[in-house]
Amino acid sequence: MLGPGVAWYVAVAACLFGIGALGVLIRRNPLIVLLSLELMLNGGNLALVALSRHWHSGAGQIFALAVMAVAASEVCVGLGLVVALNRRRLSLDVDSLSELRG
Amino acid sequence: MLAVSAGDALVWAVWVIAGFACLAAGVAVVSFSNPFYSALALIGNLASLAVMYLLLNAEFVAAAQVLVYAGAVVVMFLFVIAYVGPRREPPWSGGPSWQTLGAVGAAGALLVEIVVAVGLQASGSLAHDGRVGAAFGTPAWVGRVFLVDHLLAFEITSIVLLVAAVGGVILGSHTRRATPPAPPAQPAREHDVELAR
Repeated sequence: MLGPGVAWYVAVAACLFGIGALGVLIRRNPLIVLLSLELMLNGGNLALVALSRHWHSGAGQIFALAVMAVAASEVCVGLGLVVALNRRRLSLDVDSLSELRG
Repeated sequence: MLAVSAGDALVWAVWVIAGFACLAAGVAVVSFSNPFYSALALIGNLASLAVMYLLLNAEFVAAAQVLVYAGAVVVMFLFVIAYVGPRREPPWSGGPSWQTLGAVGAAGALLVEIVVAVGLQASGSLAHDGRVGAAFGTPAWVGRVFLVDHLLAFEITSIVLLVAAVGGVILGSHTRRATPPAPPAQPAREHDVELAR
């Protein structure tokens, strides 16, 4: 295998997951929280693809494709929630949405 | 030998550029105050990740990454951001400062935990690595693996997408109204009171 070993890819994936987790925890805008969640899923995807390459197995890539479908579903529901919040004239701030009644 | 080492250096150079672009775009996604710029930074992150997938012999996953994420998900994000309108929040505003510090500490602890877990489990076995066949990662190979070996996962994925689409339609439908209109309720009640008199 030319270039860096699989461990370097896994290190980048871990850093990406950490950055995404930081964004989810620290930001208040739900749109940016969803974008940070995408970063976390992409970190997981990179680790899956790297380890699929390492073990010469297709299961990791299949799992990565399934994670992409789950990410698309999550964006669909999350953006639907953001649109519903915006229609009810609620503030787009996840700290002020701490109660489960509209 | 010289050709092999030159190719190795080239792959290393591409990997370093893609890795730095990936992490820098990730930091940009988190730190921009305008969600529009965050979504644009996510495109850079996805593109550099697709380059890394190509370096890992995962051509089909790289193509699906660009098509699904950059082509569909980010465009949907941009539509919703344009619909919601520009609402700025001050960057790094997480309420009181101890909350921000706690969030940074929790994210750092999570990162350390991942690194320690991966390092303890697979530090020795990740070092050696061999060549893969020419068919590894091609669409034909992925299709055979996906539709023969992992058919149940494929079907469950399609059901999850269908459920999410139905949920998105229900969340976005105009038919349900949260609060009944207040002004017509008041005269009706007075009218009832007058009728009672």
